[in-house]
Amino acid sequence: MPFYRSHILVCVDPECLAKGAHDVVDALQDELVAQGLLEEIQVLETSRIGSCSDGPEMMVYPEGVHYVGMTADDVPFLVEEHFLKGRIVEKFREVHKAVVDEELGPLRPKEVRVVLRNCGEIDPMNIEDYLAVDGYQALGKVIGEMTPEQVIDEVTKSGLRGRGGAGFPAGRKWGLTRQVPGDIKYMVCNADEGDPGAFMNRRVLEGDPHSVIEGMIIGAYAVGASYGYIYCRAEYPLAVETLNVAIAQAREFGFLGNNILGTDFNFDLEVRVGAGAFVCGEETALMASIMGQRGEPRPRPPFPSVKGVWGKPSNNNNVETYANVPQIILKGADWYASMGTERSKGTKTFAVGGNVAKPGLIEVPMGITLREIIFDVAGGIKDGRQYKAVQTGGPMGGCLTAEHLDLPLDYEALTQAGSMMGSGGLVVMDETSCMVDIARFFMDFTQAESCGKCTPCRVGTRRILELLQKICDGKGQHGDIEKLEDLCHEVAKNSLCGLGQGAPNPVLSTLKHFRHEYEAHVYEKKCPAKVCRNLIHFEIQAPTCTGCMVCARNCPVEAISGERRQAHVIDINKCIRCGICMQVCNFNAVSVLS
Amino acid sequence: MYAPAVEREIKEVVQEAIEKHGCGRDAFIPILSEINHTLGYIPAEAIREVKAQINHDGSFVSQGQLYGLASFYDMLSTQPRGRHVIKFCENAPCHVVGGKAIWDALRETLNLENGATTPDKKWTLVTTSCIGLCSVGPVLLIGDDMYGNVTVEQLPEILERYE
Repeated sequence: MPFYRSHILVCVDPECLAKGAHDVVDALQDELVAQGLLEEIQVLETSRIGSCSDGPEMMVYPEGVHYVGMTADDVPFLVEEHFLKGRIVEKFREVHKAVVDEELGPLRPKEVRVVLRNCGEIDPMNIEDYLAVDGYQALGKVIGEMTPEQVIDEVTKSGLRGRGGAGFPAGRKWGLTRQVPGDIKYMVCNADEGDPGAFMNRRVLEGDPHSVIEGMIIGAYAVGASYGYIYCRAEYPLAVETLNVAIAQAREFGFLGNNILGTDFNFDLEVRVGAGAFVCGEETALMASIMGQRGEPRPRPPFPSVKGVWGKPSNNNNVETYANVPQIILKGADWYASMGTERSKGTKTFAVGGNVAKPGLIEVPMGITLREIIFDVAGGIKDGRQYKAVQTGGPMGGCLTAEHLDLPLDYEALTQAGSMMGSGGLVVMDETSCMVDIARFFMDFTQAESCGKCTPCRVGTRRILELLQKICDGKGQHGDIEKLEDLCHEVAKNSLCGLGQGAPNPVLSTLKHFRHEYEAHVYEKKCPAKVCRNLIHFEIQAPTCTGCMVCARNCPVEAISGERRQAHVIDINKCIRCGICMQVCNFNAVSVLS
Repeated sequence: MYAPAVEREIKEVVQEAIEKHGCGRDAFIPILSEINHTLGYIPAEAIREVKAQINHDGSFVSQGQLYGLASFYDMLSTQPRGRHVIKFCENAPCHVVGGKAIWDALRETLNLENGATTPDKKWTLVTTSCIGLCSVGPVLLIGDDMYGNVTVEQLPEILERYE
């Protein structure tokens, strides 16, 4: 292996690519050739370093200098200064944030990284990088020293549960698939991460694809599968590309294909790309889509472990579940089970978003409280406002309130509280969020994504949405809340798959914890959070108004009148409640009332 | 990338897609995606052609099955689209960081509603499911180009880059 005195890692994440990262890489290569440095300095492509929003960005090792915001034209200067003259170019240096980013920075307090450990640290396009961090050692151990039963025992003992949201014990699922008789069995990886705001699987696929592939090969050995599919959504083109490169490299190194590691174990893998359907995250819909059909769910049983892809026994886990497996094999089930609560072991990734100071992707041990996540890991609520609620489990999850802040996060506790683990999205809301509006927002999503196969979900979600819209519009009537509640229970009870069964959750949980807000909308025609347009009005506070006329000039419907240096007035009948006057006022003289 | 349908023989496009992906059942979605990518949408003639060619090769598929797929998946379109398709992420994480203003500005600038195409066939405006770039929201895609942290002020400059 050649020895380089310096390595340049250029980020090629979608954001940086959009800002011309490839041009920078090309320019670097050209300039290194021109300066005769090609033997001394290696240019590598990596996924996210830290500051894609200021990209393109690169890290230079061994100095550990982080450069951002350069263009291809800046490269000759940069190469000359840094690599010929040995002077760090301060102009492009990112000092303040060092290696911090919105998605994945250095370890935050209370974070433990198992699944995300290699993301941003290795070149996902180079299998040797993965090998250097003990990659495929777990596979070697499994094939060389363990029987399939021992592998299943080890995974069962670790307590690993399905990270796709349902939380079915992974070892048990593997055992079930193994027991079903059949010559041909399939491994399926669900990479159809559709929950808005959840992007942990994308991150793993783009940053550390081999950990998923290795986990799948180990699983295939355990259940006796000979072929596998990774079903990745088409919205993640870079993940698809990275996976294809990784699979080709794994094949080249003998980790995939016939006679893996010189044994008689055969297993190969392909990526299937979706075509844009949220419901394909449901396992039976996903398998239908793999087989070239519309992604519509079917009733279970039979479960996929009995009858899955092409009617054969198929084991389906998600990206994060598989990515945990190599570490469990290498470090042992006891190590993994030492983290977490009694029934939920290990770590879980969460995408924290909404009104927190430091949103982003985190990985924490199970059993951590919401309070710790929101206030210690995510830096608390933004702009010093008050915490109000957190939506967990994505569009099929529920809203939890301040009384749940000390709830230990595990599968059972969340379900008991009326929400769910889901794939790990956490949307934190402060006092400026209207819970009826939030419920409407999520319902809008599930209604659009309903595949239309079963009536309760197809028609029910639409009727729920209409009721919510009516309430938000201030047209709610006596009895609407009760009707909404009944409808939600019916849809949850009678729908065919998880989408319809879970769709009413945001409504039911907000009804449970914030019923007074619904009542205020319906009976008092007020929106307590001052969000729903038809229920609010704007008012100019005469004592604070300086009569500068900025609001009047910006009002799109000329609803504001008043003389210069005199307090202005808003004509409520003309006002369309766009809020522009409030945004442009320099004296905070415009207030919103409900 | 989106060559107008008239310029390329639909037959040829379908043949290429089938050669690339095979004619098994599991190839139907990749074949349709390929056609959609090449032609910008899946014309009715293309569906007829896929049926004819696949059935000729010994597998069986009906036009209804193919149309069922083309109309089910969001990324496949059975209607002609503009040369550039703008996909705007309207999901919660982008919504809370100011997505609405961008969406309004886009609709106003292009004078388009969701799913519509400009009369000159230059632009089609659609919303998309979450593309997972939530940390740089609001996000939009034009063709395969991604734009993050988009502001209303940047929009004219971004749109200008396209012919």
